[in-house]
Amino acid sequence: MNFLSLFVLVPVLMILALFLSKNRKQVLAIMVTGSSLLVILSANLVYQYIAARNAGAVDPMLFTSSVAWYKPLNINYSVGVDGVSVAMLCLSSVIVFTGVFTSWRIAPLTKEFFLWFSLLAAGVYGFFISTDLFTMFLFYETALIPMYLLIGVWGSGKKEYSAMKLTLMLMGSSMILLVGILGIYFSSGANSMDILEIVKTTIPVQQQYLFFTLTFFGFGVLGALFPFHTWSPDGHASAPTAVSMLHAGVLMKLGGYGCFRVAIYLMPEAAEKLSPIFLVLTGIGVVYGALVAIRQTDLKYINAYSSVSHCNLVLFAILMLTQTAMTGAVLQMLSHGLITALFFALIGMIYGRTHTRLITEMGGLMKIMPFLGVCFVIAGLANIGLPGLSGFAAEMTIFIGAFENTEILYRVLTIASITSIVIGAVYILRTVGKFLYGSIQNPAHATLDDAHWYERFAVITLIAGIVYIGSFPLGVSDMIHESLGNVVAQLVR
Amino acid sequence: MDYFSNFIYMRSEVSLLGVILFLLLYDIIAGNKGMRYFQPVAIFLFAVHTALNLFPYEAGESFGGMYQYEPIMTVVKTILNIATLLIFLQAKHLFDGDAQKNKRGEYYFLTLTTLLGMYFMISSGHFMLFYIGLEMASIPLATLVAFDKKDKKSAEAGAKFILSSAFSSGIMLFGISYLYGTAGTLYFSDMASLITSNPLQIMAFVFFISGLFFKISLVPFHLWTADVYEGAPTNVTSYFSVVSKSSAVFVLMTLLFKVFGNLVTEWHNILFWIIILTITVGNLFALRQRNIKRFLAFSSISQAGYIALGVISGSSLGMSTVLYYILVYVFSNLAAFGVISAIENRTGKLSIDDYKGLYQTNPKLSFVMMLAMFSLAGIAPFAGFVSKFFIFYAAAQQDLYILVLIAAVNVIISLYYYLRVVKAMFIDKNDHPIQTLATDSWNKASLIICSAGIISAGLLNIIIDTITKYSFGM
Repeated sequence: MNFLSLFVLVPVLMILALFLSKNRKQVLAIMVTGSSLLVILSANLVYQYIAARNAGAVDPMLFTSSVAWYKPLNINYSVGVDGVSVAMLCLSSVIVFTGVFTSWRIAPLTKEFFLWFSLLAAGVYGFFISTDLFTMFLFYETALIPMYLLIGVWGSGKKEYSAMKLTLMLMGSSMILLVGILGIYFSSGANSMDILEIVKTTIPVQQQYLFFTLTFFGFGVLGALFPFHTWSPDGHASAPTAVSMLHAGVLMKLGGYGCFRVAIYLMPEAAEKLSPIFLVLTGIGVVYGALVAIRQTDLKYINAYSSVSHCNLVLFAILMLTQTAMTGAVLQMLSHGLITALFFALIGMIYGRTHTRLITEMGGLMKIMPFLGVCFVIAGLANIGLPGLSGFAAEMTIFIGAFENTEILYRVLTIASITSIVIGAVYILRTVGKFLYGSIQNPAHATLDDAHWYERFAVITLIAGIVYIGSFPLGVSDMIHESLGNVVAQLVR
Repeated sequence: MDYFSNFIYMRSEVSLLGVILFLLLYDIIAGNKGMRYFQPVAIFLFAVHTALNLFPYEAGESFGGMYQYEPIMTVVKTILNIATLLIFLQAKHLFDGDAQKNKRGEYYFLTLTTLLGMYFMISSGHFMLFYIGLEMASIPLATLVAFDKKDKKSAEAGAKFILSSAFSSGIMLFGISYLYGTAGTLYFSDMASLITSNPLQIMAFVFFISGLFFKISLVPFHLWTADVYEGAPTNVTSYFSVVSKSSAVFVLMTLLFKVFGNLVTEWHNILFWIIILTITVGNLFALRQRNIKRFLAFSSISQAGYIALGVISGSSLGMSTVLYYILVYVFSNLAAFGVISAIENRTGKLSIDDYKGLYQTNPKLSFVMMLAMFSLAGIAPFAGFVSKFFIFYAAAQQDLYILVLIAAVNVIISLYYYLRVVKAMFIDKNDHPIQTLATDSWNKASLIICSAGIISAGLLNIIIDTITKYSFGM
């Protein structure tokens, strides 16, 4: 068995172990062991991947293996990774690992919570390692449904509404994606649903137009494509902390990853022709998300809209179709994954203490809980794009890459999108100023305690990731850049 | 060919007949003491019958082509056997009431007779045998629907079913008579080449096919479904929704492929609209139901639409995906009905609102119900997802993208109402949830088998491989 399958096997074993577990201690032990194992697996994968590339491996995907699954339908269980999926797998491991620590005190039904959490993780890992369209779609759907129960049971606020809205919108888009996938396979005439086989064929251009739209839309909705992003703010606001982290940090990346792995990689001609339409949408999304964030008073909504803006930026960069911009897109996925997870973790911790998320009801928290306050400021600065933190490296790469396109529309859209950085500074600084600094608004808050050890551990892990990508981006971006060569080579430009 | 060698291809019918006769005699001879073991004996015998007929043998025909056997029929009959076996396992509480206490024998006798009728219907090579099988499968069913004769709803449902069933049989016979009039034969094999697209034959075909659509309860022939499902005892409802429906689907498929192959454009058009209607109407009506049995009735109508989506593709792959879908549907639907009957028998509660907070008191039952709902909705990684994907795959292979898109959008509508049940059990608060129930061990066994099926049938490739080996297309 290929060692990549371990990424799915470990969460599945975690689920089985959770079924047998008796009390909270055992549940936490299983989760910590499992998620640490996944982190070790990812570290090992990075090491092996880089070693293999240095040894001169030039295949688009490494460590591939394929086992016939449903033979009559030409469906295989095929796995393989390139630089992008390696980066995504690492991100997932970090978020899952820290997610476990932020939900240390989740109650009631601790066991069930982690059961769904692990199923979600299994789906996410499976999606990133698989190269077969069916397997990919299977894992994609597997990752979606646990959200319903995670938000519905453990969420807060208008959780039933948000959970249903999120599930129906995401499932709806995935059904459209399903038609796209079937269309890609049948119009390519390939004799396997493996992406690496389909890419060798040429899909007729007319079919490409149709199925590119369906596929890009299908994945795009999960990537918060404007104007189909509306599930995201409500969903994030109602979800429990770890779920928001996992969802904004990893699940939304499935959308961006799928857009480029399936839609653009397999249908380059249509991508060339249709990219302006989607670019306009994502461009609007980038600015719109940032503008809406200014007017929010709920911390989770602020971050959710900021996420919409950044996720649209990912799709925007992918659609620029230059190698640099796409590298930036993947960097942005990594960076946004870490930053937004950090944000949600901190918001969850603050909410757990103050029992409010409205910035108007809080003030001077920096004096009461300095650790959380400082970390929040770091997250905010990373979000704006302070050099040395990951946001800068990612957005810089994106905008340089976007400017490589000389056509006027691309230029205009790029310039418009850059304004989101400025707007980002407005809402971040305003938020931080309102609820961290100033005088203490609510005297009851004065007695609250600072972060516990498990919370500090999670937060510091995430910040370490942000600082690493921000300060030493070359190692990561080289790995990604190299792999994207195959995708860009498909484009006719 | 001497007389007895005719039966060589009819092994499954003969062994089922043996079971029926044995149970009939047992019912008469056994005293009160013996009747206590009636259910175990029946289940055991039927399980033996299922095991004996597990393996296909070479194709052939008996009685001059009246009866035809093909290996795929063993697959279909096995699926029906599994479903019936699961339903028998869930039947224990059917005999709790005073009126039903002594009707064990009748229940098994009638159920197995309808099954025998379906066997004949499936294997028929002649319209006469086909019609006999169909009636044999319908009339005892009406008796079963009215099984609880003290219950007005049950009696009413029985009358409703027998009347509408007789009506549809009449229409179907009318179609058959015209087919005979134009072709001069009733043998399937002879008729195939004599079917041309002349208007009279098309009309006859439409009449004939309507009768089958009635059996499968495709819209607009579905109006009996909800009332009968609601009125019938839960156990009989589940028999209706899986066994009776599946056999009719298979017959529809073989007839369309083998006999009406020349009318392919016509039935393609008919099915195209019927599928759209069935899926959409079934879904929209299911949205508003409060009674869980009515809810599952409409859900099963829309599921029938998905099954027909595999039929319309007309390919060998279409047939395999349909059979696979049916198998998964058997597991999912029977899991749901198993939970419903467990709850109904103890508390008599049938509204979705009663299920609120069920997870707190009955976590295991809720979990099985959730698996069933997810599988029916087609949510990964459960079997329902894979079977839906395959159906869409088979349809997309024939470039039926419009249909696939409509069906896929309908999955979302269905997801809404399936999730409503999950929401009631897991999320909604309830001050007086259903108390903790003890499920009897037979029903427990059936629920375990169903859950295992829901989880594993989507991951094991052996099922679809086996089915594909025997299926055929146009």
